[in-house]
Amino acid sequence: MDFQVVILAGGFSSNLQPLVSKEVPKALLPVANRPVLSYALDLLESSNLKDLIVVVEGEDAALKVGGWISSACVDRLHVEVAAVAENVGTAGALRAIAHHLNAKDILIVSGDIVSDVSPGAVAATHRRHDASVTAMLCAEPVSGPSESGVAGGKDKTKKPACYDIIGLDSSKQFLLHIATEAEIKKDTRVKKSILCAAGKMEIRSDLMDSHIYAFKRSVLQKVLDQKPTFRSLKQDVLPYLVRTQLRSEVFPEEKTVEDNGKNNMQSNEVVLSQILSNASLPSFHQVYESGLNSRKTHKCCVYIADESKYCVRLNSIQAFMDVNRDVIGDANHLSGYSFSSHHNIVHPSAELGSKTTVGPHCMLGEGSQVGDKCSVKRSVIGRHCRIGSNVKVVNSVVMDHATIGDGCSIQGSVICSNAQLQERVALRDCQVEAGYVVYAGGEHKGETFARK
Amino acid sequence: MGAQKKGGGARVVSDDSEEQSRQRLQAILLADSFTTKFRPVTLERPKVLLPLANVPMIDYTLAWLESAGIEEVFVFCCAHSTQIIDYLETSEWHTHPNLAVRTIESHKSISAGDALRYIYEQQTETSQIQGDFVLVSGDTVSNMPLADLIREHRERKKRDEKAIMTMVIKKSKPSPITHQSRLGTDQLFIAVDPVTKQLLHYEEDKVDHHARGGSVCLDKSLMESNPSVLLYNDMQDCNIDICSPEVLSLFEDNFDYQHLRRHFVKGVLVDDIMGYKIFTHEIGSSYAARVDNFRSYDTVSKDIIQRWTYPYVPDINFGGNRPLKVGRQGIYRACDAVLSRSADVGASSVVGYGTKIGNGDRILNSVIGNGCSIGSNVVIEGSYIWNNVTIEDGCEIRNAIVCDGVRIRAGAVLEPGVVLSFNVVVGRGFVVPAYSKVSLLQQPMKEDSDEELEYADSSSGTADRLSGLSLEMESKASELGPDGAGYIWEVCEGAHDEEWKHSVAPIPEDKLAEIAQAMDDDDMEDESVVPTSGELKSDADSINTDVNDPGDDYSYFEKEVEGTFLRAVEEGIKVELGILEINSLRLSYNMESADCAGAIFYSMMKHAVDNPHSSASELFKNASNIIAKWKGLLGFYVKQTDEQIEVIMKFEEMCQETAKELGPLFAQILHVLYDKDVVQEDAILRWAEEKAGADEADKVYLQQCETFIQWLKDASEEEDEEDD
Repeated sequence: MDFQVVILAGGFSSNLQPLVSKEVPKALLPVANRPVLSYALDLLESSNLKDLIVVVEGEDAALKVGGWISSACVDRLHVEVAAVAENVGTAGALRAIAHHLNAKDILIVSGDIVSDVSPGAVAATHRRHDASVTAMLCAEPVSGPSESGVAGGKDKTKKPACYDIIGLDSSKQFLLHIATEAEIKKDTRVKKSILCAAGKMEIRSDLMDSHIYAFKRSVLQKVLDQKPTFRSLKQDVLPYLVRTQLRSEVFPEEKTVEDNGKNNMQSNEVVLSQILSNASLPSFHQVYESGLNSRKTHKCCVYIADESKYCVRLNSIQAFMDVNRDVIGDANHLSGYSFSSHHNIVHPSAELGSKTTVGPHCMLGEGSQVGDKCSVKRSVIGRHCRIGSNVKVVNSVVMDHATIGDGCSIQGSVICSNAQLQERVALRDCQVEAGYVVYAGGEHKGETFARK
Repeated sequence: MGAQKKGGGARVVSDDSEEQSRQRLQAILLADSFTTKFRPVTLERPKVLLPLANVPMIDYTLAWLESAGIEEVFVFCCAHSTQIIDYLETSEWHTHPNLAVRTIESHKSISAGDALRYIYEQQTETSQIQGDFVLVSGDTVSNMPLADLIREHRERKKRDEKAIMTMVIKKSKPSPITHQSRLGTDQLFIAVDPVTKQLLHYEEDKVDHHARGGSVCLDKSLMESNPSVLLYNDMQDCNIDICSPEVLSLFEDNFDYQHLRRHFVKGVLVDDIMGYKIFTHEIGSSYAARVDNFRSYDTVSKDIIQRWTYPYVPDINFGGNRPLKVGRQGIYRACDAVLSRSADVGASSVVGYGTKIGNGDRILNSVIGNGCSIGSNVVIEGSYIWNNVTIEDGCEIRNAIVCDGVRIRAGAVLEPGVVLSFNVVVGRGFVVPAYSKVSLLQQPMKEDSDEELEYADSSSGTADRLSGLSLEMESKASELGPDGAGYIWEVCEGAHDEEWKHSVAPIPEDKLAEIAQAMDDDDMEDESVVPTSGELKSDADSINTDVNDPGDDYSYFEKEVEGTFLRAVEEGIKVELGILEINSLRLSYNMESADCAGAIFYSMMKHAVDNPHSSASELFKNASNIIAKWKGLLGFYVKQTDEQIEVIMKFEEMCQETAKELGPLFAQILHVLYDKDVVQEDAILRWAEEKAGADEADKVYLQQCETFIQWLKDASEEEDEEDD
C-alpha cells in the first residue's frame, strides 16, 4: 500500500500533569505496563503498515521516544522520529514535517490511541472512494469506572459528555458536517448547500472522532499551505474540508499539474472507485458537480468502527485510568498478555505475601513485592514496586519502582514511578507525581501531589 | 350547518379501547386556504371549486377521504361559503351512503387557526368531533390509504399521551438550483428522530437568495437529548395531519396560532412545558400533494393526467364527474368533443365535453374544459382552459390559466404565466405580457406585500361586491385592447421578482443561470465567516449578540427618552405626565433613575442645540430657558447626589462628543443648573474631586469651572464658619 503513516505522539501534554514528567512524555505513559505508543505501533503493524513517522513535540521528548522505539521495535518496523516545536498544534506538526511526505496518501494516527480497529480498513475506505479525507469514527466510550463501587458515584449521575456532532449521508459513507469544538456547545448549524445536495443527513452525537485520518497528500499539503492559521487537524483542517466539499478549493490547480499524460488514468480511477464502492448510482458529489458547471467537489468519507470494537484515546487523567482498567479488563485482548484463569496477570517473579489476594482484572509487574494481607483489585501495579503489608489497592495504577508503606489504602489513584507513600496513607482519586513522597498517615481525596 | 348533526352520535361511553375501535373516522376539511395565492381567480370562486383536469379540487379530496374509510367529514367554509355549500348540496356527496358531508360556516375566520378555534367553540355545543380526526385542506389530491395511519396514530397516542399529531411527509427532492419543490413550495428542512419518527425541527426556508442564511440551526438541547437525528431536505409536507382532539384545544389556548405549520407546529416544537409531540409518517408509493399555488396547480394537473393519482383520473368517475375516454399518449377526450381533422391534439391533453376544436389547431400538454369553442390555427401549449371559453382564430396561448367564460379575440397572444380570471375579454391581436394576472375586478387597493396579508382579509368572502364593480367596469376603457375587458393587476413591488416562482410557466433558463450564479457568491461569502481555532474567537462576538449588550440597551433607552421629551415639548405636556411616561420607559428598559437623569438631561441639551441659534449667547439662553422650564422633570430624577453627578458627567461627555458647541458654555450652564437647584453644591464638589485625578485632557471643563467651584468652596466654608 502506498500509504505513509504519521503518528502524532504529542509531547509533555499539560492536561496529563502530573503523570507525564521529563522522564515520561505522553507517548510513553504505561498502559498495562507498556507505553501507550506501543499499542498504536502494534495496531499499525497488524495492518502491515510498517513505514512510520513518529512526530514528537519537543526535542527532549523526541529523544526519549526515539530511545524507546529503537530499543523496542527497531527490528520490526521502519520508524523515523521527528521532533517539532512545542505547541504548534497537529496541523503545525504536519506542516513542519511536510517535506518528509511523499506517498499518495497519508494516514495520520494519534499516538495516544488504544484500539483494535484496523487502520487498514480506514485506508481501504479512503482508497475505495478516492476521498480527500477519511476519518475514523467510533462509538463514544463510557467514561468513568464501570463498576459503581468506589469512585463511580458522582460520574454516574453525569450525562455522557458530547464529544462530537457529526453529520453523515444516508449511506453513512460520507461526512457532511462536523462541529468544531467551539460549536459543540452551541446550536448545531448545518450548511444548507450540503444538506440540499445530499437530501438527507443523519446527525449523530453518539459518535466520536477517533483521530485516525487518511488524507490525500496533495489535499493535505494544499490546505496546510493555503491556510497558515490552521493549527489543528480536527478543529480546522477537517471541518474546513467538510465545509468546502462541494466547492472545493483543493483540486482545480492540482488537476492541471497532473494532467500531463495522466488523464486516462484518472478517468479510469473514477470508474474504478465507483465500481469498488459498489455504487450503482453516482454519489451526490458527482450529481452536484454535473448539475453546476465549474464546480469541483471533493469527498470526505468516514469509516465507522463496529460498536464492539474498542477505541479510546489517552488524553486525560480519567482516560488514563479508563484505558488501564479496560486493557486488563473488558478489552484484555489488546494488552497482548495471556491472562491466568483468575483473569489477572501476576508476573512469575512477583512476590506475594501470605493472605494477600490479587483479584481479577489486575496486573502485577515483574519483580514487584506485595506484603502480607494485602488486597489488590482492578489495578495495575508496575515493575519492581514494593508494597508493604495491609495495603489496599483498588481501581488504581501504580507505576514502576513505586514504594507503598504498610497500611496504605489507595483508591482510584495514580502513583507514578519512584513515588513513595509512607505508612498509613489513604488516597482517593489522587495523582502522585514521579518521585514524590507522601508522608505517613495522611488522608487525601482528589488531590494532586506534585513538586511545584 | 354543523348543528345538523345530532342524535346520530349518541353513544355509550364504555371501555376506552372499545370506544376507540367503534369511533367513527372523521375528517375536517378546510375549504379555504386562507391565502391570496390564487388571486384574482379566488375573488370570484373559492379555490376548492377550481377545476383540476375539469373536476373541482374538493371532489378529489372528498373522493379520497371516502375511499380511505372516512365516514364523516366536516367541510369548513369561509370565503364564498354559499358557493361551496350550494355545490356540495347539488353534488352527489350530499347523499353519499358512506361519507356524511357536513358543512360548518364561519365568515370571521381569516386563518386556519381561526377556523379550528371556531370548530372548537362549536364543539362545546355539539361535540361533533369524537376523537382523532384527519385534518386536510380542500385542495389536497391524494390516494394514500389512511386506515393504517390512523391506527398507528391511535396506538401511539395510547402509549404516549403527548403524541397529538401525525404528519404525512413524502419524499420529493427540491431543485438544487431554485430550492423549490416541484409543487412550487419553499424547500423544507425537517429533523426527525430516526427510531420513533418524532418530528424535532421544522423549518420552511423562504426562498430568498439575497438574504439566505447558509445554515439550518438545530437547538443544542436537541443534540443533547438525541444521539441521532435525521435531517431531511428531500421531504415534502403533504399537509395531511392525523390529529387528536388536543390539537383543537391547543388552538383555543394559543389564540395567536394562525398558520398550521408556521405557528402551530413550531409552537408545539418549541414548547416544552406541555411536552406535546408531533410524529411523522413517510409515504412511499402513494400520491399526496396540495395545490398551494399556480405552480403546484400545474404540477398536480400533470400528475393527474399521467395517472399518478389513480384512481382519481379523468377517465374514472369518482365524484360525479363524467368520465372521459383515454387514448394513447395520455390524451383524454370527451365523447362529444368535436375535433377538426386538421387539429393536432398532442400528448397529455384533456378535452372536455361539448368543446369544439377548429382547423389547424395545435394543442399540447393542456387541459381544455367543457363547452369551449376554439377557432382555427390556435396554438395551446401547457395551458389550462376552463369551461365555456371562446378562443378565436390564430391565438397563441402558452403556459396560461384561462378561467370560465373568457373570450380571447383573434390573433391575441398570451405569454407564459398569464392568468385570465372569469369572463375577461382579450382584445384583438393584444399581447398579454408574461405573468400578468387579469381580472374584471379591480385590484384591491391596499395590498400589503406583508406576510400577514397572506391571510385573505374578510372581504374576499363577500361575493356581493362583484356586481357593483363589474358595472363600473363597463365604463372604463379596457387595458386589454380596444375591444377587451379586464384589468391587468399590478404586481406589488417586491413580489415582482418572485412572480416566476409560483407561476404555471416553467422557470426561464436565464433565471436559473442567475440563481446558480447568486448561489456561488453566497457560498463564497459564508465561507469567510468561519474562524479558525487559532484565531480568537467567535465566542466573544456571539455572546454579545445573544445577550443584549447593556450599552446597546442604554442607547435605545436614550433615544426613547429623547423622543418622549421632544413630544412633551411640542405638545406642551405637563411635567407630571412626562414623569409618568419616562417612568414607564425606565421600567421597561430596567434602568436606574441615574440613567433617566442622564438621558433626560441629554435630551434637554440636545433640544437646546437643535433649536435655531446664531451665537453662543443665544444658545445659552435656549439652554437656560429649557432648564428653567423642565427642571421639574429633571429634578424628579436627581434627588441623590450620585444622580446629580451623573448629570454633570453626561454633560461633560456631551460637550466632548455630540454637542461641542456647548463646550464653551459648560461653566455657565452648570451655574444655571446650580441656581435652579437641579444640582447641589455637594455634587459639583464631589465631581470636581473625582476629576482632579484625571488626565489633563479630561480636565478641560474642570478648569473652566474653577472659579465657580472656588466660589462654591468659599461659600461653603463661610457657611461652616457661620455655623461655628
